[in-house]
Amino acid sequence: MDDPPRLSLDNLGPSAGEPGNERGPGPIAVQRRGRPYWTRSRKEALAAWLFILPDFLGLLIFVAVPMLLSLSLGFFSVDGFGGYKFIGLANYNRMFHDPLFLKSIGVTIVYVVCLVPGLYVSGLGLALLVRQRIPLIGVWRSLFFMPYVVSLVVVALIWKVLLIDKVGFINQMLELVGLQGRSWLGDPNFALGAVLVVTVWFLMGYYMIIFLSGLQEIPREYYEAAKIDGAKPWAMFTKITLPLLRPTSFFVILVSTVGAVSGSSAFDLIYVMTNGGPANSTSLAVFYIYEQAFKFNNYGYAAAMASSLVVILLAITVVLFALTRGGRFHLG
Amino acid sequence: MLIFSTATLATITASPLVWMVSASLKEPGEIFNSSLIPQHPTLDNFRYVFTQLPFLRYILNTFFVAGTITVIALLFHSMAGYAFARLRFPGRETIFMAIFSTFLVSLQVIIVPLFILVQKMGMVNSYAGLIIPVTFNAFGIFLLRQFYLGIPIDLQEAAIIDGASYWGIYWNIMLPLSRPILSALAVFFFLVNWNAFIWPLTITTNQDLWLVQLAIASFQGQYSAAWNYIMAASVVVAMPTLFLFFVFQRQLVESIKTTGIK
Repeated sequence: MDDPPRLSLDNLGPSAGEPGNERGPGPIAVQRRGRPYWTRSRKEALAAWLFILPDFLGLLIFVAVPMLLSLSLGFFSVDGFGGYKFIGLANYNRMFHDPLFLKSIGVTIVYVVCLVPGLYVSGLGLALLVRQRIPLIGVWRSLFFMPYVVSLVVVALIWKVLLIDKVGFINQMLELVGLQGRSWLGDPNFALGAVLVVTVWFLMGYYMIIFLSGLQEIPREYYEAAKIDGAKPWAMFTKITLPLLRPTSFFVILVSTVGAVSGSSAFDLIYVMTNGGPANSTSLAVFYIYEQAFKFNNYGYAAAMASSLVVILLAITVVLFALTRGGRFHLG
Repeated sequence: MLIFSTATLATITASPLVWMVSASLKEPGEIFNSSLIPQHPTLDNFRYVFTQLPFLRYILNTFFVAGTITVIALLFHSMAGYAFARLRFPGRETIFMAIFSTFLVSLQVIIVPLFILVQKMGMVNSYAGLIIPVTFNAFGIFLLRQFYLGIPIDLQEAAIIDGASYWGIYWNIMLPLSRPILSALAVFFFLVNWNAFIWPLTITTNQDLWLVQLAIASFQGQYSAAWNYIMAASVVVAMPTLFLFFVFQRQLVESIKTTGIK
């Protein structure tokens, strides 16, 4: 990429001492005189392959092969003992007639549609807040970021107790200010909302850091010039901050959308806090798929459903890249 | 005004964690008392966790698994990152893009076929099964490659003229130079693997192999009302991560920042 042009000094380096390259004749002439097979560039390529091999094999076996398997396994009926039977489209047919799967897709859509803007606004809001020069700013930043280092299982356990009906801390606080508490995790209308709030609480510090580093790339002179021209803070935000933050925004939206669809921070929370309930109201697609595979041993069916998620994820990535011309973000 | 609202918001954000510590020091009857200061602070909950449960074993298991993953991943990723940044070979860009494109594949999405594959390899209920399948990720390779691209190539050319091998260049020059980013990634990888739940949950049924997150999640299922014990166990599990956070905050934040920048 940014390497300097390649020198054609094939005899230098590890293969030095090779005969027949005493100045004068170029590389072609050397080759004619019978250059040994192990030239420097061949050695370099071999070394590179050996350096890459462990990771290459690992990613091939444990990421690429499962990816391909997830697309093909759906055509089989797989039992827990490794027996396979080709059943064609039966799993896919079942998928479209499974009310619980369709419901889990609905739950996933609501989850993604709420979570992505929630994380964007909270992350950017916090970044703008902690960018100010105020005393102890390091401490405030740390406090916002702290939830992110605690495991999701611990987070789920803490909030499960905090949200307990009647005697839980949250409800006691609400009653203190005269509001009606409720069984947040026991009510199908509120459980997903509670999970969303906890997820935002957990992840907002991470996005705050990402936005903060994006904001630091914007030259301060722009703001100073705008101030001289008499621009209001809101105008500076919409005319300077937002447009110049586009690459960061793209990254945040891509990562948070993919994370939300694939349930990377939802699974642990839901498994511990609600177990998909009440009335399947928090059963995201990834959670339902996991249950079908590991609770009911329907591996083939689970793989068929998972492959539909893979397709959705690919589509989202392609759309986002197309919309933004590869993340450059010059809309309109 | 600004400092007041920032401070209030930050305190509210941190309060659930403060509540956890407070609850872990409370007596069973006191846990739903809304006061954050325990009336009769006690360490009984912690004593219970360590004496009545094999919690120490879960902690050692997790240290071993998360530590091993971190070391192997850093070694392999730095090797690959160095090769992609500083060695020339046919197909380099294509292979790098292929590896980079696995960046968006998360474990949750491929867990069913991955489990079947790992089961066929006979790694269910083994340390190998807990470690090997989750060691490889494109993110580490990408970050290290970016770092090595910033190291002048002259350094390598000079070493080659001195007769150094490529392994020698990697081991004696590149690795020592990348100590800052390696330590940042080490903190990050350890944290992620200490906190991992879904893979240990899927691959182990044998309690001797349990990792801490799995242990506290199951603990909660068994002792659903014993919140004081559960909170004490949670404090124990959260402690190493909070400790790493306070000590290595700068490195951790740096490694997150670099992911956001193209």
